[in-house]
Amino acid sequence: MRLEPRENVTLLIKAMVPISAGIISLLCCSALIIWAGASPLEACVLLIKGSLGSRFAISETLTRTIPLIFCGLAAAVAFRAKLWNIGAEGQLYAGACIATWLGTGMIDLPPWLMIPFLFAAGALAGGLLLLGPTILKTKFALDEVVTTLLLNFIVLLFVNWLVFGPWKDPMAMGWPQAAPVIDSATLGHILAKTRLHWGLAIAIIATFGVWFLMRFTTWGYEIRAVGHSQKASHFAGIPINRVIIRTALISGGLAGFAGVSELCGLKGYLTLDLSPGFGYSGIVVAMLASLHPLGVLLSSLFIAILSIGADSMSRSLNISNYIADVATAVSLLAVLLSMMLTKYTIRWR
Amino acid sequence: MISERPLLSLKAITKTFGTLVANDNIDLELNRGEVLALLGENGAGKTTLMNILFGHYRADHGTIEIDGSQLSPGSPKEALQAGLGMVHQHFTLADNMTVLDNIMLGTEPLFSLRRHNSEAITKIKRLSEQYEIDVNPNSKVNTLSVGQRQRVEILKALYRDTRILILDEPTAVLTPQESDHLFATLKLLVTEGLAIIFITHKLREVMAVSDRCLVLRHGKTIYQCRTADTTAHKLATEMVGGELPKVLRKKSELGKSLFELNNINASDRKGHQLLRDLNLKLHAGEIIGIAGVSGNGQSHLADLVSGLLTPSSGQLVLNGIQVDKPTPLHMLRKGVGRIPEDRTATGVIGDMTVLENIALEKYWKKEYSRFGMLNSRTLANHTRKLTTSFDVRCGGLHSSARNMSGGNMQKLILSRVLSENPQVILANQPTWGLDVGATAFVHRQLIDACSEGAGVIIISEDLDELFSLADTIQVMYQASLSPPIDPARTTAAELGLAMSGHRDVVHSLLLKEAQS
Amino acid sequence: MDLVQLLFEAGFWAASVRMATPLIFGTIGELICERAGVLNLGIEGIMAAGCMTGWTWVYFGGDLWMGVLAAAFVGALFGLLHAVFTVHLGLSQHVTGLGITMLAAALSSFVFRMLLPNITTPPKITPFQLLEIPFLSEIPLLGKVVFTQSPMTILALLTVIVVAYFLKKTPAGLALSMTGENPMAVESQGLSVFAIRTWAVMTGSALMAVGGAFLTMSAFDAFYIGMVNGRGWICIALVVFASWNPLKALLGTIIFAAFDALQMRVQQQSGMIIPYQFYLMMPYIFSIVALIIMSRRSAYPKALLVPFRKGER
Repeated sequence: MRLEPRENVTLLIKAMVPISAGIISLLCCSALIIWAGASPLEACVLLIKGSLGSRFAISETLTRTIPLIFCGLAAAVAFRAKLWNIGAEGQLYAGACIATWLGTGMIDLPPWLMIPFLFAAGALAGGLLLLGPTILKTKFALDEVVTTLLLNFIVLLFVNWLVFGPWKDPMAMGWPQAAPVIDSATLGHILAKTRLHWGLAIAIIATFGVWFLMRFTTWGYEIRAVGHSQKASHFAGIPINRVIIRTALISGGLAGFAGVSELCGLKGYLTLDLSPGFGYSGIVVAMLASLHPLGVLLSSLFIAILSIGADSMSRSLNISNYIADVATAVSLLAVLLSMMLTKYTIRWR
Repeated sequence: MISERPLLSLKAITKTFGTLVANDNIDLELNRGEVLALLGENGAGKTTLMNILFGHYRADHGTIEIDGSQLSPGSPKEALQAGLGMVHQHFTLADNMTVLDNIMLGTEPLFSLRRHNSEAITKIKRLSEQYEIDVNPNSKVNTLSVGQRQRVEILKALYRDTRILILDEPTAVLTPQESDHLFATLKLLVTEGLAIIFITHKLREVMAVSDRCLVLRHGKTIYQCRTADTTAHKLATEMVGGELPKVLRKKSELGKSLFELNNINASDRKGHQLLRDLNLKLHAGEIIGIAGVSGNGQSHLADLVSGLLTPSSGQLVLNGIQVDKPTPLHMLRKGVGRIPEDRTATGVIGDMTVLENIALEKYWKKEYSRFGMLNSRTLANHTRKLTTSFDVRCGGLHSSARNMSGGNMQKLILSRVLSENPQVILANQPTWGLDVGATAFVHRQLIDACSEGAGVIIISEDLDELFSLADTIQVMYQASLSPPIDPARTTAAELGLAMSGHRDVVHSLLLKEAQS
Repeated sequence: MDLVQLLFEAGFWAASVRMATPLIFGTIGELICERAGVLNLGIEGIMAAGCMTGWTWVYFGGDLWMGVLAAAFVGALFGLLHAVFTVHLGLSQHVTGLGITMLAAALSSFVFRMLLPNITTPPKITPFQLLEIPFLSEIPLLGKVVFTQSPMTILALLTVIVVAYFLKKTPAGLALSMTGENPMAVESQGLSVFAIRTWAVMTGSALMAVGGAFLTMSAFDAFYIGMVNGRGWICIALVVFASWNPLKALLGTIIFAAFDALQMRVQQQSGMIIPYQFYLMMPYIFSIVALIIMSRRSAYPKALLVPFRKGER
């Protein structure tokens, strides 16, 4: 077997990447569903119904896309620079922590000031959290994958301490959670009687912002150049370490956004289940989008449909809802595979 | 009993990659005790042919026979067992491991429970004595010199009882004296009945060591003869497919001093000296050639001029101003144009577009970006202008640079560098691996830039290139630089001696100049 | 002080070696992959798969040792997947590894839930019992620390010795190390880089899965979702700490586990002055510190993370 580079890659072939990945992951999950004794077709219908079948279902799905967009952007920006930030989960909680600290009464500003202020603070916290591993990478050549992963555990334990200890809300009837954020720090709802909040608008603005950054600015150009070849970038006079650190701040900041928006828009208070692994799903979102910021919108929608739909589908068919996690993981691997097939053709023998 | 049939015969080998015909119906025969020189420019199909022979590729058509029995295609293992051995141009040795490890690899059954080191050492010692190849099996490869590493490679082949030894550009990394040593070893091997294929483009060596020659061009066998019946000139014309284009250079008046190195020293983190007491003075309108066997510090000199290496002592003076802490950006801003040695890894980013590659060293300039925003229209115009004036063939401004040929990549880099009108140009191996047409183009551009008042430093292992371009030549040996030598008053042989560290030769050359 | 005394107690060291067991398997498994030039970030998920497989095998009436084998087999399968992606297709080792971790973890949770639906408290199995090796277990100190252990711990120690011998003294071990240093050298000597890397990743992954199985079949007796809890990532840090040397890896894991055991004792003794969450953070912080200390010195395999494509230079 031999891989040969393709001469020219048409847009059609590129468009096949997410589609074929979706199909592969559907096929794999069908096998599991059949094994569990249900019909894949029925499961599929239930999944779509559960995620898009009603006003409420759609609102739930859109609500789920919000943190996925932020975390997907965080991964997309970092991976462009070949900065393997796997710590979005920790950065998300860092953002949420700062927002809790500032937003539960310490500071009170009018909402139009309070919300941007909390987002800025959350971004700073997320960015600074990623700064450590990044400096270890640039100074000591330490693999940031391991350090960011380990930091996730440390941050989660820290949050654990906060919500069981000093920040524990005495009004929460013993539940481990912090006090709720004050009203002026709460993101309003877009649709009545749903949980869909204005975080969605912020996420979409952020998406276009990141797209603009990557496409039209020198910063974006530098990030891409450094990601493709550090050696050539260094030779060309691009300050590599500065670019990587800048990328880390942006990436960590976006993950911090996710934490603030979940806190102020959805939950209202800090708990340990603020994120069921959005930081990790963000990696899948980014890969499905081939690291393209606008693609993140679509792929986060896909992952949201998958997880919201699978929740209701698994309940009706009595299948474990871990099926959504399986589907997510399979689609990550499938997208890798199909991305390679756009660049290379396989020649047997 | 001596059999009449050839030891190795390739019949009608054809291999295509997409639309490219890399090998077109090639026949090749090799007898015992014979040295065959395989000649051809880059891209002529030599490497593909050898890869087919070794089973790394499968030919579309054709057969390979060794000693009358057919070799099944696509099996490197079988090729090795049949007695084929190859010394690659880029050595295939693991640096962190010992000579013994490197030689023993793959020679014992994989699933045996123990390595038989002492037996192996005995055999290596015997072979070393027999062929006068001197290496210590227990030393680590990264402690060996380039010449010694090549000897390990040969030993590796001999250890496997090789009957046919293939050497790919073996002298590219050797001093003339080390080359002579290699040739002596080869003579010894041939008398023992080995057959040798010698891949090269250095005609002098072909004439010196080979019995027969075979010239490839565009994948076809163009010319085949006994070495005794041909001349170097004839071979050269066959290789290129016509007369060699001559680049002529009119020397111009030297202008003011643009760039100076005064007693520059540099060392790496571990304290190894990278550059020793360098002195160099470049004037406007001057071309200085840096000669030397690769690995004598030329790349560090290039790094220094490119701004990648900070000297530990000494002065680096650009345009009369001393530069204390050079960075690539600083050098670029001060008008130093750099053409790197490794174009695919350093010069060009393969995954980015032609436009983005043109923008690499200049995107921060006022014309191309304002307030952190790229001005894509001016960049596109600029790129369009450059690709036409430098004849860069590519699939458009937005096609990725990866798919370009080496010559076009080099043109892209040249256009990027020269369009900024640099005062000082550093060209590190600017024509390495290029065909004759592209080489002439690169030379022409450098000469033109020079006659417009730039100063050029060319680092090259190709003495002919330096002789035809340079005003003065400085020889680099073990991290230090000789005083300037006038190429008009010296010969390649004398330079060769200087390159292998004979300081007295440099001295006498300088004396000769002083006397006249 | 008590803590100093602790360091001379056989019981303390026996506990350390026991706690080190999954890390030993994981670290050695990762080490084999990396010595062949492949980073295997699938480790965290593969350990989870091993946890689940081994436990389920025994729960449904299988033999303990066959359970270990089943875990190894499942690990090897995930290893094969990783190898096909990273070795044969040359895809990013980072992203593939994370994908494998997600897939293996999600699949094991899914399968566990499907096999045992509607269970709130996880059922228990009869795990491996302490094995006292006759005569050897009577050696002072060493007898308690090494020879009175779960059979899986003894298997882990044996694995280290076998792997160390294999890498240093056998032709196949030489080929494996060479693949991680310079694949071209291996290919030019007629060996297949693809085959060597595939086997290395599969073997390594099998060991990781066995490390996971230790958690459910020896350390505890039940399976919880998320019970690997970052041990896989710690193993990756320990490989760097050990400079890719199996014997140093053994030493590293035991020191690491000893620190872990020590902080647990401190936690018990000091009461609640420092919240327990900070004690739980210690292993992760140790790992990062260990990485920082060793980063400058380590001589990593030259071809780590570099995909090999035939015929390319």
